[in-house]
Amino acid sequence: MKTSMTRRAFLKGSLAAAGLTIGVSVTPFGHRLVSGAEAEKSGFKPYAYYEITPDNLVTVYIPSSEMGQGVWTALAMIIAEELEADWSQIRVKQALAAEPFKNPLFNFQKTVMSASVRGWYLPFRKAGAAGKAMLVKAAAEIWKVSEEECEASKGVVRHKKSDRRLAYGKLCKKAAALSIPQDPSLKKEDEFRYIGKTMARLDIPEKVAGKTIYGIDIDRKDLWYAVIARPPAYGAKPVSYDQKAAEQIKGVEKVMSVPMGIAVCASSINAALKGRDALKVNWDKGVLPDMNNDYIEKFMNEELNKPMLSVVNTGDAKKAISEAAKKVEANYFVPFVAHTTMEPMNCTADVRPDRCDVWAGTQAATAVQNVASSISGLPKDKVNVYTPLIGCGLGRRTKPDSVIEALTLSKALGKPIKVIWTREEDIKNDFFRSAASHRIEAGLDAQGNLTGWSHKLVSLAIAKHINPGELKDGIDYFCMGGLADRAESPALNNRIQYEIPNLSIEFFMSSLPIPCGVWRSVQNGPNAFVIESFIDELARAAGKDPLEFRLQNLKSNMRARRVLETVAEKAGWGKPIRQGEARGIAQHACFGSYVAQVADISVNKDNGAIKVHRVVAAVDCGPVVNPGPLVAQIEGGIINSLSAALKEEVKFENGGVKSANFDDYKIMKMSEIPEIEVHIVKSSEKMGGIGEPGVPPAAPAVANAFFNATGVRIRRIPLTPNIVMDALKKT
Amino acid sequence: MISLHVNGKVYQVDVSNDTPLLWVLRDTLNLKGTKYSCGIGECGSCTVHIDGKAVRSCTISVGEVQRKKITTIEGIPENHPVKKAWIKEQVVQCGYCQPGVIMQVAALLSQKPALNADQIINKMDDVICRCGTYPRIKKGIKTAIEMTKKEVKKS
Repeated sequence: MKTSMTRRAFLKGSLAAAGLTIGVSVTPFGHRLVSGAEAEKSGFKPYAYYEITPDNLVTVYIPSSEMGQGVWTALAMIIAEELEADWSQIRVKQALAAEPFKNPLFNFQKTVMSASVRGWYLPFRKAGAAGKAMLVKAAAEIWKVSEEECEASKGVVRHKKSDRRLAYGKLCKKAAALSIPQDPSLKKEDEFRYIGKTMARLDIPEKVAGKTIYGIDIDRKDLWYAVIARPPAYGAKPVSYDQKAAEQIKGVEKVMSVPMGIAVCASSINAALKGRDALKVNWDKGVLPDMNNDYIEKFMNEELNKPMLSVVNTGDAKKAISEAAKKVEANYFVPFVAHTTMEPMNCTADVRPDRCDVWAGTQAATAVQNVASSISGLPKDKVNVYTPLIGCGLGRRTKPDSVIEALTLSKALGKPIKVIWTREEDIKNDFFRSAASHRIEAGLDAQGNLTGWSHKLVSLAIAKHINPGELKDGIDYFCMGGLADRAESPALNNRIQYEIPNLSIEFFMSSLPIPCGVWRSVQNGPNAFVIESFIDELARAAGKDPLEFRLQNLKSNMRARRVLETVAEKAGWGKPIRQGEARGIAQHACFGSYVAQVADISVNKDNGAIKVHRVVAAVDCGPVVNPGPLVAQIEGGIINSLSAALKEEVKFENGGVKSANFDDYKIMKMSEIPEIEVHIVKSSEKMGGIGEPGVPPAAPAVANAFFNATGVRIRRIPLTPNIVMDALKKT
Repeated sequence: MISLHVNGKVYQVDVSNDTPLLWVLRDTLNLKGTKYSCGIGECGSCTVHIDGKAVRSCTISVGEVQRKKITTIEGIPENHPVKKAWIKEQVVQCGYCQPGVIMQVAALLSQKPALNADQIINKMDDVICRCGTYPRIKKGIKTAIEMTKKEVKKS
């Protein structure tokens, strides 16, 4: 594992003595650059920083969690670019959870909303440029020449006339004493050496070697492993269990009742698991023992009829639709989907009277720090939160549930504790992508222009469990992705893109007791399936080609138009397709980026199997830092989306989760993936995110292709062979 | 005591016969490159080689593999064509499943007679990746085959 800096060393500014340290401090009024020396004098806490040391290395402390999206490399590239460092001198270290590393977009240290690169891009460029300016000035002073006569390149400052040279490592101490420029000049795009070119990811070699340390790999002296027997139904309480039988298992050290169930702690994971089996817990029936999938769908569809909260109300949608030349209405349903990150939930905690250490592969470092301080009863400066690399995040690791468990047990037992969830626990106790029930009505004029749109949405709460601050007037904006957004939201433009003069969007928060969370792209994914399927229904009603209809209703939305036009051209939209295949298109914007996709599929009408042959994507995310990993993020997003569209649905029975493991909750495998082509649209628009925006369009592109293949509209995912056969038989 | 032959070394471990090999590799021998993910042999993250064949270490007990030759991701040399191809093609995202994926490919690549890329790709559904690196795994397999052919030519 890359070692983490000690927070104390940083806050005291003692690193300033080692070389040149440049930090960025973000306030509500913008960001400010701070040098290590200044930070030490004023006690001012910079946000995120890098340092240049006499060994000629540049170490960038990465505030975001690395979960394979390539954030280590992208952020280091931004610093290296403006600093004019040589790539070989760049090192990265994962930062601890600490005040100085909060993302400027949310004043919180978390790795969500595809926000790392877009959040740090400008501050990091300025920080890099300031460092370069100070190094150049230091060299000019040594040579007693003007700064204009010097240039910096590849980690060396050179005096042009005399060809004298000094490496950054030699200059860093002198530069550290200089004052930091607040507005250093930035490079022009055509001068970029790294930004925009694919750089090999810095985290890959250790991962390929099998040497990367994930949270589940953390080892401590005298560690106990803990597993927890958890209720099989929501709200179920233990009636009885055989504590003695568990304690008799060799290696079991302690059996303990905790708020989330009954914990078994042992000297090995195998003993802990055997001990838990031996408990033979009897549980009561929980809060809603009748709940199963049929119950859920019926319940949420009925909730559509309840009085709703108005989220958007522009013009008069009801009137516009009643007066429209054509009117279309439909109900859609999207079920619960699980994260199934390959690394199951886990956490290691060591709570001592005077300090608390937590190792958590988390996407929400600040939240972990907060719960660690609260459970240990220690102030935050006695709490160290280390973020090992993450074995897939997908949003699941925004919840510190396993963290709370490890902390609770470690505090009670005075021992380092590693809590590991089995895959079954991971699926049954997930914070799912919420199910949603939709009712939409829309009206068109005689030319096929959208005149009115009325959208009712029932969803379970999401923000309520993660960030109650996102809950405004009872509206959970995490449920509204792709439909409506708060004006100042860092999600950036997660709203419906079509130009609709009369728009009504209403929301009802379902009362079902199922915990939900953020799942890659949050509800942009399932909402895009609904919106973009319905857009194809409207195009058909208008008698228009689906691409033409979209462009007609996105007249002034240049970024959405451009990705649609690009994907249409690259995929050969309107051109002949291979025999037996059909094509569908969809677009969606979220987290500041625009993505359109075309899917080519075929349907086996004998068994209902859908085969996706090819997905072509066009992406406008503004300036691109590292194109290779960017394309990988879009590929992964498409595969996640197809997996949810074709295969995934959490099964419930007797008031709890029935799905348990990869044998009954199946995700996409290698033989099932299509060819994927990603085209990046060159763009100098505002930078958007890239981790999530690849997800939303794939599901509706496939659903639209399915309609084009069969003439049948299925208003529900997943499009499993059984559901497809049922739908085909009905027609 | 159980005797295990792992990555060319012999270890004596004090665990019961029925302990899954996975936990012994990870927690007793501290070979943490082999990953736990499903525990039922469905996902392949824990794949190791037993006498050269890809096996899920979560569903095989140490008692069953005594005196057999066990290889883990740590026992695959850094210059192995699969490891080299994985870096060249930048296959990995989060990387958690990749030791298992690499072990699966390495075993298939060493089969005699040699399998072609499509034959290997068709045997990859034993390993699951949630990040969606499958397109790059396919590329990596093709590159690893090329690299293997070149090595054979050289020698």
